Amino acid sequence: MIDGGGARRPYIRSMRGWWRRDPFFRRYMLREATALAVLIYAIVLAVGVWRLAQGEAAWNGWLAALRSPWSVLLHVVLLAAMAFHAWTWFEIMPKTLPMLFFHGRRIPPAAIARSGWVAVVCTSVALFALARWWQS
Amino acid sequence: MVAVVKRSHAPVFWLLFGAGGMLAALVGPMLVFITGIAVPLGSPLQRELLSYPRAFALAQHWWAKGCLLVVVTLFAWHAVHRIYHSLHDLGIRTGTFPKLLCYGTALVLTVATVASLLAIGF
Repeated sequence: MIDGGGARRPYIRSMRGWWRRDPFFRRYMLREATALAVLIYAIVLAVGVWRLAQGEAAWNGWLAALRSPWSVLLHVVLLAAMAFHAWTWFEIMPKTLPMLFFHGRRIPPAAIARSGWVAVVCTSVALFALARWWQS
Repeated sequence: MVAVVKRSHAPVFWLLFGAGGMLAALVGPMLVFITGIAVPLGSPLQRELLSYPRAFALAQHWWAKGCLLVVVTLFAWHAVHRIYHSLHDLGIRTGTFPKLLCYGTALVLTVATVASLLAIGF
């Protein structure tokens, strides 16, 4: 027996904290973590719809909760996470889409990402304009 | 002879993930800004924007009702799918319980939102 019968203890490198070892992995994990922000916001909205169905007092309670400094702070973080999600979503889009061609030429990945970011700006401006129009 | 193919349900969840991710990218940042920052602070939008009569009238309108439903449910299904698939990266063993917890959260949010929107009426 070469390995001395059962006493063999091969070295296995721990995988704990693997993503902290490389900036690329850190960015990947940060990107995946935006899902937490999306979930929290979905819960905030779902609670709002639920409170709205319960009547005026319940709805005003939800509005008051949203006005608390902690809620505003939370939403600033959620906004940053959503913006990062939007950024990375279109950044990796060229890799998730099949190759696109226009007049026999491949559309460069950077062009796909850029059109996505332009779309984000356009829908954001449109949404804000809609809110302004609706309040007047 | 009829071939029995056990179809995977993965594409359904992947489609919800993809649609939700796209919607969150396009409208998520501005929605968070409007409902979480601009209206609560009263600037640059008025607090009156989401007063009870206005919010209720909005949620009664079939078009806005549809938008609310789509936003809440797709955001939820997108998020839980991504969180579930990140568990492996964190060294958490995936299995029936984490799966039920993740997708169950999205299901509960979906059912609660549908019920609330129906209760609000048309």
